[in-house]
Amino acid sequence: MRAAITILALAAIASVPLWLRDPYLLNALITTGIFIIAAMSLNLLLGFTGQLSLGHIAFFGIGAYVSALTSLGFDIGLPGGFRLVHEPWPPIAGLALAILVAGLCGYFVGLLSFRVRGAYFVIVTISFAEVVRLVALNWVELTQGPLALTNIPSIAIGLPGLGELTLRTKLQNYYLVLAVAVVAYLLIARLVHSHFGRAMRGLMENETLAVSVGIDVTKTLTLAAVISAAIAGAAGSLYAHYIRIIDPEVFAFINTVTMVIMVISGGKGSLAGPVVGGLIFGLLPVVLRPIMAPEAQWIAYGGVLIVILFVLPRGIVPSLAQRFAKRKRQAATVAPVAFSERAKEPA
Amino acid sequence: MSEFLQHLINMLVLGGTYALLGIGLTLIFGIMNVVNFTHGVLYTFGAYIMFIVVQQLGLNFFLALPVAVVAGWLLGAVIELTLLRPLRGSDIDTTMLVMIGAWIAMQSATLWIWGGVAKSVATPFPEAPLVLGPVSVSWLRLFVLAAAALLIVVTYLLINRTKLGCAMRATFQDQDTASLMGVNVDLIYTSTFAIGSSLAAAAGALLGPVYVIFPQMGDLAAVKAFAIVILGGLGNITGAVIGGFILALAEELGAGYISSGYRDAMGFLIIIAVLIFKPTGLFARSERVG
Repeated sequence: MRAAITILALAAIASVPLWLRDPYLLNALITTGIFIIAAMSLNLLLGFTGQLSLGHIAFFGIGAYVSALTSLGFDIGLPGGFRLVHEPWPPIAGLALAILVAGLCGYFVGLLSFRVRGAYFVIVTISFAEVVRLVALNWVELTQGPLALTNIPSIAIGLPGLGELTLRTKLQNYYLVLAVAVVAYLLIARLVHSHFGRAMRGLMENETLAVSVGIDVTKTLTLAAVISAAIAGAAGSLYAHYIRIIDPEVFAFINTVTMVIMVISGGKGSLAGPVVGGLIFGLLPVVLRPIMAPEAQWIAYGGVLIVILFVLPRGIVPSLAQRFAKRKRQAATVAPVAFSERAKEPA
Repeated sequence: MSEFLQHLINMLVLGGTYALLGIGLTLIFGIMNVVNFTHGVLYTFGAYIMFIVVQQLGLNFFLALPVAVVAGWLLGAVIELTLLRPLRGSDIDTTMLVMIGAWIAMQSATLWIWGGVAKSVATPFPEAPLVLGPVSVSWLRLFVLAAAALLIVVTYLLINRTKLGCAMRATFQDQDTASLMGVNVDLIYTSTFAIGSSLAAAAGALLGPVYVIFPQMGDLAAVKAFAIVILGGLGNITGAVIGGFILALAEELGAGYISSGYRDAMGFLIIIAVLIFKPTGLFARSERVG
């Protein structure tokens, strides 16, 4: 039943470019898909370990910059008169490096920031993202600063027997993003249902108790941060090679907020939550665009976030699942009661 | 040497307003355990009140500051009553996200009403700065420092010498016990948020004329306020004042001797360093919350 719904939903999503020809909508779907991947990675931290990282865009942006610089090449001066010259590599190597470097950053940030919890953790992560943004803005020799990195090549994949395929069109990028999203979803699902996933949730429920049964807090949280950052880095790399221009604005705090909104509205701690929330909030601007000024759209955006937190504090997917489960339980409990009553009759 | 003295003078002016921002946030954070993301918007709001009163209504510059304080107080009370009071007892993440929603909506509203073009406010002070030996400081900045110092002293007296302040401190220490002693905790929460908001608005009204006024000006101010609160320790007013001056000094020296591009990075680096090496803040005696 559940598998059937998943396959049907996936088939429906995969069929979209076959009947939707509008390039604007397709573009919105691709960027939404990229943000959904990032939101899924955020959900791994926020939903399954309970740590709210408000600097998650840093890993996304680092992935984007690493991937772009790997495929564009760079030539920078180092202290002491040395120069570091890097010749352009194929974009697919950029994607791999983006995952690696973002994961490494996740490791160091996790190591440092998991010393504190709650509001302090939130503020450390924001600070990290802002420092990275200021570096991207000021290290002009490497990042071009506000002038942006332009002409980032599209991702090319080698197909056996078909040679090299460069993914330039929206259609190709749609399927690339969809494929990466499915891989990320399966990876997170596998992780959450593993021993490690139970350790994460144990930590979220009661840290003291989790420690007492032998869960290594720092190790578990850091590993979650590494995987989460690596996936966000992959999303950033896809973004860089799809949009093909990256400037420090990619690190804007509002982008983290967008991811958080996707996770919270869909339902943190639910695998499908970020997907549902992401589709709603990713496509909300498309719906609002014809009827509202851009500033008013953002007012609505903030308003919708507040309303969701008031009305569905646990998110859309868990609330619906709970309602569905209740109805099922009612249906299931009616029969045994009737049976037991009948059973009593002879006595 | 004279360059260093000049940095110190600038630090005093900047530090005064930073301290105002920090006190407001540390009160809200400490007493209500709310990570107040609307603090920066209140700062922007105060600056725009200054712009409306002076430029659009053509009224006196010195009248605008009290108007901004009162307007900030009112807006803070409205935010607390409509958004925070119904969520009393929710976890810190929920209130924080609601505050983020309010911040996005209010900042976009500012952008919608006044547009993105930066505004400046005419001041009644003479153009020529006051020259004291090797250093110079503009009269406007001196006024900002004096007004900030006055507001800090008033807030300090309010917290430490009045019945309301006593109730606020009691609520900070133990909400349940304070409630049992007859403290109206709901009223304390609203007052705390309103006072904190009015201080943020005052800081914006003071710094707005020094720089320029634009809708996103509060974003950095908010994060700096967080840096100050973390430096000074949660709910510690004296710590917030000292933290404000330390941040201002770090920014001045960072901009002067490292690179002006990294001026705003100083606050974040301080946050990271303090939380790694001394997470209770530099001057905290009280335990951490959260």
